Amino acid sequence: MSHYRMSRYRVAVHIVPRRGLLDPQGKAVSDALHTLGFAGVRDVRVGRHLIVETDADTPDAADRLVRSMCERLLANPVTEDFEIATVSPA
Amino acid sequence: MKFGIVTFPGSNCDYDAYHAVVDALGEEATYLWHKDHDLQGADIVVLPGGFSYGDYLRAGAIARFSPIMREVVAHAERGGPVVAICNGFQIACEAGLLPGTLLRNQELKFSCQTVRLRVEQTDTPFTSAYQTGQVIRIPIAHGEGRYTADAAVLERLEGNGLVVFRYVDAGGEVTPAANPNGSALNIGGIVSERGNVLGMMPHPERAVDTLLGSADGLPLFESIVARVGA
Repeated sequence: MSHYRMSRYRVAVHIVPRRGLLDPQGKAVSDALHTLGFAGVRDVRVGRHLIVETDADTPDAADRLVRSMCERLLANPVTEDFEIATVSPA
Repeated sequence: MKFGIVTFPGSNCDYDAYHAVVDALGEEATYLWHKDHDLQGADIVVLPGGFSYGDYLRAGAIARFSPIMREVVAHAERGGPVVAICNGFQIACEAGLLPGTLLRNQELKFSCQTVRLRVEQTDTPFTSAYQTGQVIRIPIAHGEGRYTADAAVLERLEGNGLVVFRYVDAGGEVTPAANPNGSALNIGGIVSERGNVLGMMPHPERAVDTLLGSADGLPLFESIVARVGA
């Protein structure tokens, strides 16, 4: 009898304040960058970067799992957007 | 009448709530540990202020998964009153008991001061002992109190009279300067559609004794007793 083994994936996800919402942290950083002379900076949003290691059947399944995690816990659907940056073997 | 005060790891206003209920109000209160699975017969649930789970991820995001929250949500769905203060308000939003969310203060500072609130609604279980339009003085202490919701939610809150407290100046006027955190529409407190869940950033439990600056929070607790005890 054979046992099907899941693989382990490392999924990186970016979570940032939704565009158009005031992000005072991002604005403070943007102002500081202007002070430093980075005059071309137009917008900064400060969010979170999470690396989730999870067992899953396939890379697609790992992607879907982390999406579900974002929708249910990791991101606030009212104010934040998320994007899966990378899915790689862990 | 029994108040159940939930203690999460990191709650720090649970004792203040207990003091307000037991010493100032003269009612019964019990602490409910976040891992408990029953409300021990509490008629009213208080979600107190603090920094539950260190505000990790987002304020209130982890606390909503505490075992006791399942009971609190069921209690609210039965129409039971819930008073969610400060971090409790953040938890209530995360748990879906109230719409919207609380974001970092506009000025990025932790804001610790006594503010003026205008009582916008008195036909709630939490405000019947106030007068409509009454201006009360209640302390705030938070870094993430900027009430935010999408336009449709804000419209519903306004249209249905669910905004209970608004930050105002000494003359009772809604002004940007009187808004301590950048909250939409100067919102300091709201109730749920059914009216049985109150969420507010200011701390009424810290305003129950004139010796400590203000007793303007006491009528909030008296209102609950009048309604629930009736």
